[in-house]
Amino acid sequence: MNISLSITKNIHDWLFEVMSAPFATVVENVLIAVAFLAFFALAGLLLVWMERRIAAFFQLRLGPNRVGPMGLFQTIADALKLVSKELTGPDKADKFLYNLAPYFVIVASLMALSVLPFSQEFHAFDINIGVFFLIAVSSIGVIGILLGGWSSNNKYSLIGAMRSGLQTISYELSVGLSILTIVVLAGSLQISEIIAAQQAGGWFIIQGHIPAMIAFMIFMIAGTAETNRAPFDLIEAESELGAGFHTEYSGMKFAYFFLAEFINMFIIAAIGVILFFGGWLSPFGITESIPLLGIFWFMLKVLGLIFLMMWFRWTFPRLRVDQLLTLEWKYLLPINLFNIVLMAVIVWLGLTINF
Amino acid sequence: MEQIIFYILAFIMVFFAIASVSSRKILRAVVYLLFVLIGIAGFYFLIDYNYLAAIQLTVYAGGIIVLFIFSVLLIHHIDAEIEVATLARRILVGLASLIGAGLTLSVIWAHPFVVAENSTKPTEVREIGLGMLSYGEGGYILPFEVISILLLAAMIGAIIVAKGTRLTLKD
Repeated sequence: MNISLSITKNIHDWLFEVMSAPFATVVENVLIAVAFLAFFALAGLLLVWMERRIAAFFQLRLGPNRVGPMGLFQTIADALKLVSKELTGPDKADKFLYNLAPYFVIVASLMALSVLPFSQEFHAFDINIGVFFLIAVSSIGVIGILLGGWSSNNKYSLIGAMRSGLQTISYELSVGLSILTIVVLAGSLQISEIIAAQQAGGWFIIQGHIPAMIAFMIFMIAGTAETNRAPFDLIEAESELGAGFHTEYSGMKFAYFFLAEFINMFIIAAIGVILFFGGWLSPFGITESIPLLGIFWFMLKVLGLIFLMMWFRWTFPRLRVDQLLTLEWKYLLPINLFNIVLMAVIVWLGLTINF
Repeated sequence: MEQIIFYILAFIMVFFAIASVSSRKILRAVVYLLFVLIGIAGFYFLIDYNYLAAIQLTVYAGGIIVLFIFSVLLIHHIDAEIEVATLARRILVGLASLIGAGLTLSVIWAHPFVVAENSTKPTEVREIGLGMLSYGEGGYILPFEVISILLLAAMIGAIIVAKGTRLTLKD
């Protein structure tokens, strides 16, 4: 018995009934884009609120608790304040690149958002190369950071941008290879097929046992580094660089960088959930008859992983640059390469745990 | 619909290609070049060749352009502008580019293009992977392995160049 409400399918059919086909396609695409932009803004603000509450929890403070229930509207008030601020910039900056840089960061994270499956039917772009597309677009975001840092004409910004480029390029390797480990197990790059494989044989973190767990640990470490969050936040290390690459940005342009950082965290957590924890699947298939609940399970798992990343932030001290590079090139990369071979052997010999 | 998108992409690419070679600020030129490369990726998406599009984004946008930006960041000051070449040199380069463009256009116009059937399904990654590793007819195992050896050699070479004298001093 499948109680399927199929909201997206109804809207799709209705649109094509009312309008001619090419016009309906355009309207549909615009609707999807607006939905994702709204999600981008709302999820970003919610995550900022969550970060502040969790930081307060770890430091035995209260955190924002005045505006709205439990301070929920605090970040919205902050965003309104940022919108009303004047946009200032350094006199001798390269104005064109300076204004362009935030959009690179935002477009890259929006493109990555578009392939995430929120539920079986809330899946905007189920592309055949799925996970590979995610890796491809995530490599564009760093261009925005580099441009922003350079065009600000400020040495702290430049140092922050250089550190960021170095860090993102190094850790992209580890993210890519740990994703590949799971692709070996799934036998497909398409996200819907990866989840279908987990529906058939259990979540990959259990199905792939030891190598999957190693891959998950590497993925979380490298993912935290790729989003430039503590303990890998030496690109905006407050005590050394002011605010790093976005020192010279004010008002909404600063907010773009800030929101994009939180959305990137959401994307990394979502990729982790898709690859290791079954995406929108419910544990043991308890709510398989209600497909709409997939969105609840997906968000619950993603928020769980985001909590883990926020936990990292208040647990570990910041790394030095040389420690950062040693960790990636001397530990994570060799372990990762060995791990892929181990996973291949396990899949080859059929040693996976299947339910 | 597809035609409209094609013309939009083509216009963006031509515009930014010209902007890229005529800009006097080097980092702006690199960014314009990035737009051209992303436009090419857009073409690949348009003809449903998603794999090549993603490769284009990873290798060119994510790899080569980032490398360009890095080197510009390291060697160029923000106020630096490229010198304008002398008139004789500009005329020479203009003639050379006209000849190149003429050659390319004449080849394109002389070639009898066959309109592809629209029923071809999008290429799947599985087929590409199997093609890369097949040693039968039309398989790509030999070029694949040769390229992997080439890349290994390049990597070892880079390490040796970067280490310089330190490599021999320690032993």
